[in-house]
Amino acid sequence: MVWNTFILALREIRRNLMRSVLTILGIVIGVAAVIVMVTIGGGATVQVTEQIASLGSNLLMITPGQRVGMGQRSAAPAFDVADVEAMVREVGDIAVAAPSASSSITAVYGNANWTSRVTGVDNRFFDVGNWTIATGRRFTESELRAGKAVCVLGATVVKELFGTQDPVGGKVRLKKFSCQVQGVLKAKGQSTMGTDQDDVILMPLRTYQRRVAGNRDVALIQVSVRTDASTLQAEQAITRLLRKRRHLSSNEEDNFSVRDLKEIAQMLTGTTRVLTGLLGAVAAVSLLVGGIGIMNIMLVSVTERTREIGIRLAIGAREREVLMQFLVEAVVLSSLGGIIGIVLAIAGSFGIANLLEVPFVFNPTIVAIAFLFSAAVGILFGYFPARKAARLDPIEALRHE
Amino acid sequence: MEHPPLIELAGVTKVYGSGAAEMRALGGIDLHIERGDFVAVMGPSGSGKSTCMNILGCLDTPSSGVYRFEGVDVGRLSRDQRALLRRHYLGFVFQGFNLLNRTSALENVELPLIYRGVPRSERRTTAFKALQAVGLESWAEHTPAELSGGQQQRVAIARAIVTEPALLLADEPTGNLDSARSREIMGLLQSFNRDLGITIVMVTHEEDMAAYAQRAVHFLDGMVEAVIDNGEAA
Repeated sequence: MVWNTFILALREIRRNLMRSVLTILGIVIGVAAVIVMVTIGGGATVQVTEQIASLGSNLLMITPGQRVGMGQRSAAPAFDVADVEAMVREVGDIAVAAPSASSSITAVYGNANWTSRVTGVDNRFFDVGNWTIATGRRFTESELRAGKAVCVLGATVVKELFGTQDPVGGKVRLKKFSCQVQGVLKAKGQSTMGTDQDDVILMPLRTYQRRVAGNRDVALIQVSVRTDASTLQAEQAITRLLRKRRHLSSNEEDNFSVRDLKEIAQMLTGTTRVLTGLLGAVAAVSLLVGGIGIMNIMLVSVTERTREIGIRLAIGAREREVLMQFLVEAVVLSSLGGIIGIVLAIAGSFGIANLLEVPFVFNPTIVAIAFLFSAAVGILFGYFPARKAARLDPIEALRHE
Repeated sequence: MEHPPLIELAGVTKVYGSGAAEMRALGGIDLHIERGDFVAVMGPSGSGKSTCMNILGCLDTPSSGVYRFEGVDVGRLSRDQRALLRRHYLGFVFQGFNLLNRTSALENVELPLIYRGVPRSERRTTAFKALQAVGLESWAEHTPAELSGGQQQRVAIARAIVTEPALLLADEPTGNLDSARSREIMGLLQSFNRDLGITIVMVTHEEDMAAYAQRAVHFLDGMVEAVIDNGEAA
């Protein structure tokens, strides 16, 4: 009986193929939208997590001042190299601590010029930031100590200034001095915040301090914590040390901040998740609209088939059998829409993921949920028309033209 | 005690509407129909014969009075119970054929067997035998639109007798057919009555058709006016 009802439903759907297709369009679009949103959102989350990992795990970012509002920081004295050395000496959990300072600068080579960010670093910067050298080399100890005019370029800067030429050994003009290129960084691509990580010019910290900044400030200390140590404990030890070195009394607030990259990662993933949820909710509304479409067509179908219902009732169909027939038809219709939607969504999100350069993360749970939801829409919106059919008076129904 | 008669109507009335709009379709019918009977119900339109057929077919219930089918008081049955009664004991033939469109003759005949839960292969053979009985075995795969009126009515008869019902109700089965086709249909009904022992109640307003029945019940203004015995009809 159930199988028969199913076959019957399929036959009915095939009979009014055009109408059936139009009816399920709403469900198809709804299901496809939900799955695409969630799949792309999931891919974006994975991407964020991967990028954070590419920055280096167990990374702490220490900056002077405290964030006081959107993009504003309280004024506070900068760090210096001695702070970094003290940290390495006194906090045992630190694997690497890399001081750096940076500012915006225009670089000139030949008649090409490009405004980028120049960062004074030492070799520890490469380790902390997971940077590898594509061609050339890092800085030498003597270059770092003497503050020589040498630099390592990011891939974007190379592309803008040198085009396809090999930059190693070339001289780039920065402000009033020129700088010999010693190496090129391997490209990393866009950061999580959407900035180009390869748009950098690195030079020895001492060179930067003397020739660009004109002071001895260190604006950022990146610390990578030993993998076997607790990031939280390292954070607390660093805070204690810096408070002591900056002579803060116990009633004063920190005038620097120590941030864990994992926290930032979590925040970003959280944001992506909320966005995915919102988009999913919008898509769910279209599923609802699709359901109303099904109800509409089922009501039309019941009216059209009044005589058929009359015949079935006269022959001895019980209310529940007629109800089942129309309910199964609605569910088959909506599930069919669900299946088509799922197929479209998988193809679509694969394409969109490639287009947006987001990893394609297939999520079977959401596919299952979307399918069950589409079937549920069929039951929900098919019930009313089906009940209407089942309760028809056979005499009236047989008389229906 | 003997078997109760197949059909027993006692003081059956049917009233539609209420108050000033009250319309009395049946004014108190007493009728007995025995197994194997072939009864023609006659009367002008509005005489209550259709209402009586609806009650006999368990599609409707009397406003008052008692309708007993094999001793069972139909008026006390629920809607679903009456559906089951129709499924197992009744067959219907309508003036307008009432076949399912775009469904083959065989599938139309199978329909009552589906509701009886007969397995598929048995259903096929039984339905095919019924089509053979009405002489349409070579038209099994054709849809009603591809069949003539007479053929459609024969499919409808096959559908009605495929379950070998105790009672076959025919509502002007020849109303839409010419006289040659009508005679074929009546011949079929008569043979099923005689050979399978199916009791038949048939509404008609043509004297020629009523002549095929053993008895004719005449309705007028919601009452039984006369019952005429045809004796051994033609």
